[in-house]
Amino acid sequence: MWNYFKLALLAVIAVAAAIAANYARDLAYLVNALTIMLAAAALFLWVLRRTDEPVRAEPMHEYNDGVIRAGVIATALWGVVGFLVGVTIAFQLAYPALNLSDLTHGYMNFGKLRPLHTSAVIFAFGGNALIATSFYVVQRTSAARLWGGNLAWFVFWGYQLVIVLAATGYILGATQSKEYAEPEWLTDWWLTVVWVAYLVVFLGTIVKRKEPHIYVANWFYLSFIVTIAMLHLINNISIPVSLFGSKSVQLFSGVQDAMTQWWYGHNAVGFFLTAGFLGMMYYFVPKQAERPIYSYKLSIIHFWALIFLYIWAGPHHLHYTALPDWAATLGMVFSVILWMPSWGGMINGLMTVSGAWDKLRTDPILRMMVVSIGFYGMSTFEGPMMSIRAVNSLSHYTDWTIGHVHSGALGWNGMITFGALYYLVPKLWNRERLYSLSLVSWHFWLATIGIVLYASSMWVSGIMEGLMWREVDSQGFLVNAFADTVAAKHPMNVVRALGGVLFLAGACIMAFNLWATVARQAGPAPRSAAVPAE
Amino acid sequence: MDFYSLLREFADSWVLLALAGFFLAVVIWAFRPGSRAIHKDEAGIPFRHEDRPARDDSAKEARK
Repeated sequence: MWNYFKLALLAVIAVAAAIAANYARDLAYLVNALTIMLAAAALFLWVLRRTDEPVRAEPMHEYNDGVIRAGVIATALWGVVGFLVGVTIAFQLAYPALNLSDLTHGYMNFGKLRPLHTSAVIFAFGGNALIATSFYVVQRTSAARLWGGNLAWFVFWGYQLVIVLAATGYILGATQSKEYAEPEWLTDWWLTVVWVAYLVVFLGTIVKRKEPHIYVANWFYLSFIVTIAMLHLINNISIPVSLFGSKSVQLFSGVQDAMTQWWYGHNAVGFFLTAGFLGMMYYFVPKQAERPIYSYKLSIIHFWALIFLYIWAGPHHLHYTALPDWAATLGMVFSVILWMPSWGGMINGLMTVSGAWDKLRTDPILRMMVVSIGFYGMSTFEGPMMSIRAVNSLSHYTDWTIGHVHSGALGWNGMITFGALYYLVPKLWNRERLYSLSLVSWHFWLATIGIVLYASSMWVSGIMEGLMWREVDSQGFLVNAFADTVAAKHPMNVVRALGGVLFLAGACIMAFNLWATVARQAGPAPRSAAVPAE
Repeated sequence: MDFYSLLREFADSWVLLALAGFFLAVVIWAFRPGSRAIHKDEAGIPFRHEDRPARDDSAKEARK
């Protein structure tokens, strides 16, 4: 019966999307509507073939790992794609001819590809990693199967649809020009539906847990899911101009809009890229080190201090703007205080390995995780420093900011995700070990050297830029034109792009290694028919 | 006093006090007597149900 309802709903969606495509007022909307139509039609056929067929009961005594396997594959694939786009735009910055403007009529310009890169790495790579690991961790630490049956699959495929809608939209011109919140209203509404389903699956699993206590990793994951829902809803309050066009108008304007955007933007960093990934840290580091977390008390304090402070830090993005000084100062002060819980968490992660430091010599996966925690510590020191108004007056709008973001994103988010993927693949596909540990070592060194090249070249470039912009002669005139700084940055831009190439090469090695772990190694021996009666 | 200023006054005083109080209470609660054994037990959660969910009542057994 339920299947007939689904079929009717999918048919309505497919037809409605086809009608919307017919009335589409712009190309981005047309492509989005056609994508939705195809997705609904494909799902219709899939459901149709299973209607009135015998249904296998859900194996409640097993974990639901299928959706996590899909999430791991998606994470690795989107990772490689996102890094590739990143390397492409890095070379476009160094060599503007690579925009190929004549050939592609501007569709592949830096300005189009840049949001594609940020969304691909943060939301496609990072988001899939978070969804997959949160489903893995919440089952293991609750000792319960994922709640909601196939709803988890809806979350997975729905999220992939969000990514495709957003990416095609950017290229074809649908963007609301809010950093990290570029997707227009149609994609935003769909993401809201998917995110609510995600929250329900996660909370449902926690509610039916068999462990009396909710493990700290789940606290971090839950705060990430809830806060992202809140941020997304408030930062995307906008009214579509037409139901058949991608354009919408923001309800906030001026400095209120800017403040809402950076309240969103900084908490996307704080709760998506920090709290969510800390959930990963609190599960996978103890597992890989085979020791419980250094201090559970510290993890509780870490959690509450982090979520109480992060939410106030956004205004530091708006120093020297129309935002009132008191608000900017508030953001700055909270950013500096935030240094403490961040380092508390770093110490907690690092000290978990204490007593097992010898494993760092033999286990490149643990080494990756430890380096990621090191980068977490480094960028959570650099961040508060850059939020101080005097430092910000030098660093803001320069490459220093980009270097800071990448030491956090490549170093912390990237490395902890790679570590988690290396941990997960043998477990999820029932293989005894990874295909090659020396390839993991290769990945580790390529990625680390890549990040070092990236961050150091951006420091040099950023500080040089900041100093050149403020340089005045004895008469008080500016010495340098903007174009002078662009010319002076060229060598650093090349080094940055090369760092990106190394990081991308490492990720490709990882993708091969993970594939070979499954495809080039024998699976477990088929279980013998005679299971001893217990 | 307009609505914004009223909210602003409220946020600066009572809400600030309540949030700070809640945070301090959490920290004190984490250090309550007897928490050490509980936390030690909780830190072991990732090492218990690696392969399959707990059957009813077996979660308690595994902890012993």
